[in-house]
Amino acid sequence: MTGGEYRKPLPQPNENSRPFWEGTRAHELRLQRCRQCGKHIFYPRAVCPFCLSERLEWVTAGGEGKIYSYTVVRRAMHPAFQDDVPYVLAIVELDEGPRLTTNIVAAALDEVRVDMRVRAAYDDVTPEITLLKFAPVPGPEVN
Amino acid sequence: MTLKRAAAITGIGEMKPARSPDGKTALGIMAEVSRLAMLDAGLEPKDVDGLLIGPPITEMVPMWPSVLGEYLGVHPSYLNVVDLGGAAAAGMVWRAAAAIAAGQCRTVLCVTGEASDIETFYTPRPRRSAQLPYREFEVPYGPMGVNSGYALIAQRHMFEHGTTPRQLAKIAVDQRTNACANPDALFFDRPITIDDVLASPLVVDPLHLLEIVMPCTGGAAFVVVSPEVARRAPQPAVWLLGAGEHATHMMLSQSRNITTSPIAVSAPRAFKMAGVSPGDVDLVSVYDCYTITVLVTLEDAGFCPKGRGGPFVEEHDLTYRGDLPLNTHGGQLSFGQPGLAGGASHVTEAVRQLQGRAGDRQRPNCELAFVNGNGGTMSEQASLVLGR
Repeated sequence: MTGGEYRKPLPQPNENSRPFWEGTRAHELRLQRCRQCGKHIFYPRAVCPFCLSERLEWVTAGGEGKIYSYTVVRRAMHPAFQDDVPYVLAIVELDEGPRLTTNIVAAALDEVRVDMRVRAAYDDVTPEITLLKFAPVPGPEVN
Repeated sequence: MTLKRAAAITGIGEMKPARSPDGKTALGIMAEVSRLAMLDAGLEPKDVDGLLIGPPITEMVPMWPSVLGEYLGVHPSYLNVVDLGGAAAAGMVWRAAAAIAAGQCRTVLCVTGEASDIETFYTPRPRRSAQLPYREFEVPYGPMGVNSGYALIAQRHMFEHGTTPRQLAKIAVDQRTNACANPDALFFDRPITIDDVLASPLVVDPLHLLEIVMPCTGGAAFVVVSPEVARRAPQPAVWLLGAGEHATHMMLSQSRNITTSPIAVSAPRAFKMAGVSPGDVDLVSVYDCYTITVLVTLEDAGFCPKGRGGPFVEEHDLTYRGDLPLNTHGGQLSFGQPGLAGGASHVTEAVRQLQGRAGDRQRPNCELAFVNGNGGTMSEQASLVLGR
């Protein structure tokens, strides 16, 4: 972020999602896991979408995954994103299983690929909110 | 109980799409197309005892059916809003038939309409509540409405199956050829080539501008009636032969497989009820908000195997003169997308073709049509088989 007030839409954490956003603020990826069926869950919910159990616990995830699909947004819909185009919007599949919508940062546009390994990159957009974005895992060339 | 031949469409009314409202309101448009549909079906307001509405996207207000019923002097005994996005119109057809089969009504007016343009449509609308998962977990990352969702599907389809930009572009080109035979289409008389599509600006990779639907103003209505009412109709009845519906997600990130849509469930149900298969149909009239939508629909409805959509559209002529006529009105890509009336255009075009009223683009001996409505990001699907 460069100077000035953050004008983009912000998440409004609620009783179910607050631990997730507290996690990102601490630069840690926290997911719900169902104590009954053992599956990891994203987005945060009051009940498990796999078995309807209410016995959900928060666990710390590895923070890595791969790009399931991506696009380069070249025209902003929300005016606050106008200065950012072109930027990468992606669905990342975490190693724990769940998928989430995010941005790929710290990568050249033509470098981004489906199946690319990525790692959580925390963007402190306001004092209260840190968005969970992802960057390529550095190291040996991956396809 | 089956819905096969439980009801028929006997009248349609449609407004020629316009780039901007020019003073028209959604209510006024819905009233106008309702009037046309009732006249077409030989009905007066007193004959209508059911009213279904696919609500205007830019004017979400409570109780649309009561508002429109009062405006038109229609006093229905069955009212509902069918909030399925682009699947609303196809969804209304079988909902109307189900209510008729249950004996709750005999004549159901189904209405869509939108007074909008590109600027209005893409201007963020204030929402009372931000407490939806989409607002919390997607909007902060800057999606371009649903455009980016379909781009994600296209990108993944290319990765899994080797689908090419040229194959997707072919869909837009064939549909434009169809629009050039439809004076009501927004892009009438403006033919394009595959190179034109690929030379148009990339908006959300890998989708180009000419692969993306244009929001506009317009409306469409149709009347679904009981077999008894259908026998007295001035136009040939178009029968509901099969229907299926299915949904798996709202946000694309929550779909376990974004290259296979819920059409893989809804379409086989519709075909099974009708007792026919994809190879039997004379007309394909399917939702086309983007080129990739058509490709995935053809695969999931069983016109070709999964992953073969690219070669399939290259091997077949999708124009009204071709071996697999698809979206003969031009599709929404070339006809225009007036809100949920865009989805309704696939129903009205199928009715026109089956009735033999499609003018220069009429298919000879058109007896069986497959119609698909799609809402969200391949989220909600309503599939129909219609026939004479």
